[in-house]
Amino acid sequence: MTAVTPAPTAAASRTPSPGNKKTPRHTARESSRGYWIYLLPGAVGFLAIVAIPFGMNVYYSLTSWRGVGAPKFVGLDNYVRLVADPAFWASFLHSIAFILAMAIIPTALGVLLAAVLFDYIAPKFGSRVASILRATFYLPQILPIVVAGVLWKWLYQPQYGIINTTLDDIGLGFLQQNWLGDSDTAMLAVMNVLIWLQIGYTVVVFMAGLSRVDPALYEAAEIDGAGWFQRFWSITIPQLRPEIAVVLITTSVAALKVFAPIYVLTKGGPGTSTIVPAYFSYSNFFTTTQVGYGAAVATLLALLVTIIAIVLLRFQTRNAEGFEK
Amino acid sequence: MTATAPTTTPKRRQRPTQTSRSAKNRRGVSGWTILIVLAGSALLMVFPFWLALINAFKPSAEYIADGPIGVPTELDFTAIIDFWVGVNFNQKLLNSIILSGSVALIAAALSLLSAFAIGIGRIKGRVWILAVFMLAFTIPQEALVYPLFVLSRELNLYDTLTGVTIILAVLQSAFGTYMLASVLGSFPTEVLEAARLDGASRFQILRMIVFPLTRPTLAVLVTFFFIWTWNDFFLPLVLLPSAANQTVSVSLGALSGQYTSDPTALAAASMAGILPALIFFLLFQRTLMRGVNIGAIK
Repeated sequence: MTAVTPAPTAAASRTPSPGNKKTPRHTARESSRGYWIYLLPGAVGFLAIVAIPFGMNVYYSLTSWRGVGAPKFVGLDNYVRLVADPAFWASFLHSIAFILAMAIIPTALGVLLAAVLFDYIAPKFGSRVASILRATFYLPQILPIVVAGVLWKWLYQPQYGIINTTLDDIGLGFLQQNWLGDSDTAMLAVMNVLIWLQIGYTVVVFMAGLSRVDPALYEAAEIDGAGWFQRFWSITIPQLRPEIAVVLITTSVAALKVFAPIYVLTKGGPGTSTIVPAYFSYSNFFTTTQVGYGAAVATLLALLVTIIAIVLLRFQTRNAEGFEK
Repeated sequence: MTATAPTTTPKRRQRPTQTSRSAKNRRGVSGWTILIVLAGSALLMVFPFWLALINAFKPSAEYIADGPIGVPTELDFTAIIDFWVGVNFNQKLLNSIILSGSVALIAAALSLLSAFAIGIGRIKGRVWILAVFMLAFTIPQEALVYPLFVLSRELNLYDTLTGVTIILAVLQSAFGTYMLASVLGSFPTEVLEAARLDGASRFQILRMIVFPLTRPTLAVLVTFFFIWTWNDFFLPLVLLPSAANQTVSVSLGALSGQYTSDPTALAAASMAGILPALIFFLLFQRTLMRGVNIGAIK
């Protein structure tokens, strides 16, 4: 699979080393220069859609602005205010819950399910059964997040939603909750939706990873008398390490940016019990129109995500080099 | 790493399809227990889909009387039709198709051009350029949305599909560039050399050699961009406020606030949202699965 998309380092390794610069090959150099024009559309787009807007956002974060009239420069006031704002801290604290729900729990369950399907169900019941089960686990992944949100909002509905009506039917009516409307359960209810959404992704990725592993490894372990759990710990987990790392980091980044499920399910509420940075900045921009304040939140979120993304890029590059060897 | 593992006799490699008897013997009670547990959890995963399906076509009176679990005794299209007509769902579908289609094509074209410069042209500083492009993909859209809102209003692109198309195409092409550049980075140099010797211009190389040979990867990209745009919510929510321009996702997101008195209405809305997603999945299943796997390793 790595052969399908070699990492950029593979491209870098083919280029002449700096030492070659002293003996210029004119044709190669000239042609290289002529390629810049092909980068132009992408570069202009990047400037107009990413670089300039981000710069403007940073500027807004240093102003007090209600979206109309001229922004008033206030320096770092917004950031100072943020540090003292419990909603801000709550939003970033909730990000940890979403990393749990979107990255850590789905990865743990995904590895386990993939291993069971690949190394237990497939050999015993045939790969057909395993791939049907895999497809079933994957199904929620095909939904637009908003659709998943609407669907679950209906399931959680306090009066006629299936969860509460079923609890009532089986005599557990006292367990009924206003799942999304109660600050004690709202976060868990949202997390449940995200776990449901994410498991399919991790199962599919990890099963693909396992199909890359040499079956001889498992067979040798089996001959040596290793039980299923021993194989899981000593073969599956180490062999899947690259996939696990990449999935954990990418889904964590996605968790930091989560917006749509919150918008649809809870709007950050009740109170601030499910607020996240993305929704917090959105509501400052468009609900309370404190543009400068929202921009400060967005800038901090961007910094955090970028730092993690750089770690990810570093990791991938190192990983790809490992494969080259 | 894997080479150190001892090779085993072919006998052990046989899969249960061939050795049905021995496989069946090995299944055992624990085997069936695990299968049942897995099948049970798989059913639980799809249960919400099933509920949406049966309740979207259930008369609300029956829902109120018997709850959500029973299969409807008669097919009732009222909820679906009410939703479809109420939000003018045909219009939303059309908007989503236009937006997703044009974003997918423009983003793929942009990706190909940039990746051509980076992967084939090997322009200077390409590693940094790629890193910067990746930032475009990872940066939270919240950090761009207000300026984009302001700029698009100034350029009369606010509340137009054109504006959102440009923005999403650029953002998604960042990922496409990253993927395609690595594919093109390992493009056979002999082919390119031969073309250059024959006097092919750079554009001819792109059009007649690189484009045809990367078409499979481009197809994966186009599929992904289409689905991503279809599922995208945040920027369309902010930049397409009027009902006539909304996409499927935005219209469903707007609905979730209201509409809670009629118990089958949200089921019908969910069903309307599930249907296109299911169709795309069935159409593009192979491409998507391949892409998920490529994306994970990359």
